[in-house]
Amino acid sequence: MIDKRVKDADEAVRDIADNSTLMIGGFGLCGIPENTISALLKKGVKGLTCISNNAGVDDFGIGLLLKTRQVKKMISSYVGENEEFERQLLHGELEVELIPQGTLAERCRAGGAGIPAFFTPAGVGTEVAEGKETRVFNGKTYLMEQWLRADFSIVKAWKGDHSGNLMYRGTARNFNPMMATAGSITIAEVEELVPVGELNPNEIHTPGIFVHRIFQGKNYEKRIEQRTLTKI
Amino acid sequence: MLDKIGIAKRIAQEVKNGMYINLGIGIPTLVANYIPKNINVVLQSENGLLGIGPFPKENEVDADLINAGKQTVTMMPGSALFSSADSFGMIRSGKVDLTILGAMEVSENGDIANWKVPGKMVKGMGGAMDLVASAKNIIVAMQHCSKDGASKLLTKCTLPITGLKCVKKIVSDMAVLDILPQGGFKLLERAPGVSVEQIKNATQGKLIIEGEISEMNI
Repeated sequence: MIDKRVKDADEAVRDIADNSTLMIGGFGLCGIPENTISALLKKGVKGLTCISNNAGVDDFGIGLLLKTRQVKKMISSYVGENEEFERQLLHGELEVELIPQGTLAERCRAGGAGIPAFFTPAGVGTEVAEGKETRVFNGKTYLMEQWLRADFSIVKAWKGDHSGNLMYRGTARNFNPMMATAGSITIAEVEELVPVGELNPNEIHTPGIFVHRIFQGKNYEKRIEQRTLTKI
Repeated sequence: MLDKIGIAKRIAQEVKNGMYINLGIGIPTLVANYIPKNINVVLQSENGLLGIGPFPKENEVDADLINAGKQTVTMMPGSALFSSADSFGMIRSGKVDLTILGAMEVSENGDIANWKVPGKMVKGMGGAMDLVASAKNIIVAMQHCSKDGASKLLTKCTLPITGLKCVKKIVSDMAVLDILPQGGFKLLERAPGVSVEQIKNATQGKLIIEGEISEMNI
């Protein structure tokens, strides 16, 4: 057994330096690494490039790091729920690269799969295609997109074991599995950390080889953006 | 003229038994409420769920279970969960039979614009570009005209494009129209109380009218 455990989020982020590139898992506020984001806030590390599908909301998730001006650049597919983000963008204080969601997912997957580039139909004929190579396969035009990799990938899982094997729950899986594979250092925070042997190997989503540091998170808020109930 | 629910009800008539369907945010999400009980379909959520169920009761709310609009949902029996990469894999490879989404503009050759208004806030394209680039069948739910009366069914889109030559059918508040492979909006049905003349005046792009145009049956 290779023990990947660290004590807590502070220890997990100990060597994240200014100007690092981070992948941060989650879709909206679902499946985001709450503990590690708080630790980055406390550490005050600046000039971050954050690769994440969304940018959180004003007072939660990556939105917290935007408020403290720790983020230099966001690479995302949809950033619509955050007023501070909008303000910084309109004032030129923040760089933003918008990417189609499937392309973002696949660029992360490619980064973790040793595939430097691939062709996708998404974005052909749009602003996204500007300056990119296109090629025709079977009569249809595709766009070349390159892999994404990060200095640190930060993911949130439901359960994990001491050697970094991970299982996700519900739609909190989203971008976490691909991002986990694409970090030079991958940090996983989990709701339940168990000794090796307790997770069923048939049910592991992310094999521990991709994870370098793991800790049990605490005080999960798991905030809901749109609490929508049935009208019965 | 149809309201949002009317548009959703008319689109629900296009849903066939056995389809896998991706519903966009807004009016498209409402379509799920009007699919007849005897038609079995599976709804795909791009954030990693096949088999979206109804919104939860208070005691069923689960923060780990949301749809692409970040609303809490439930799962139908037989649901499957997966990553965003797998989700867009099934979208790009054409496994999703029907995509229903909103639009700000559609052109007569099927181009769609729905992600950006220059000079205003840019929220991002989310999954829209992946969906329109790959879907076999795209139905657009939209208002025929903007609030100031300008047509949104155009010869050519004026806003930044989301995808080229991809829209097959439009259900607007005024009409149902097909987009022909050679170009042009073919008028199929009128909304209740809307005349062909009104639709002509509200459509800037090439409108094709053949024979009697019947009123929608909703």
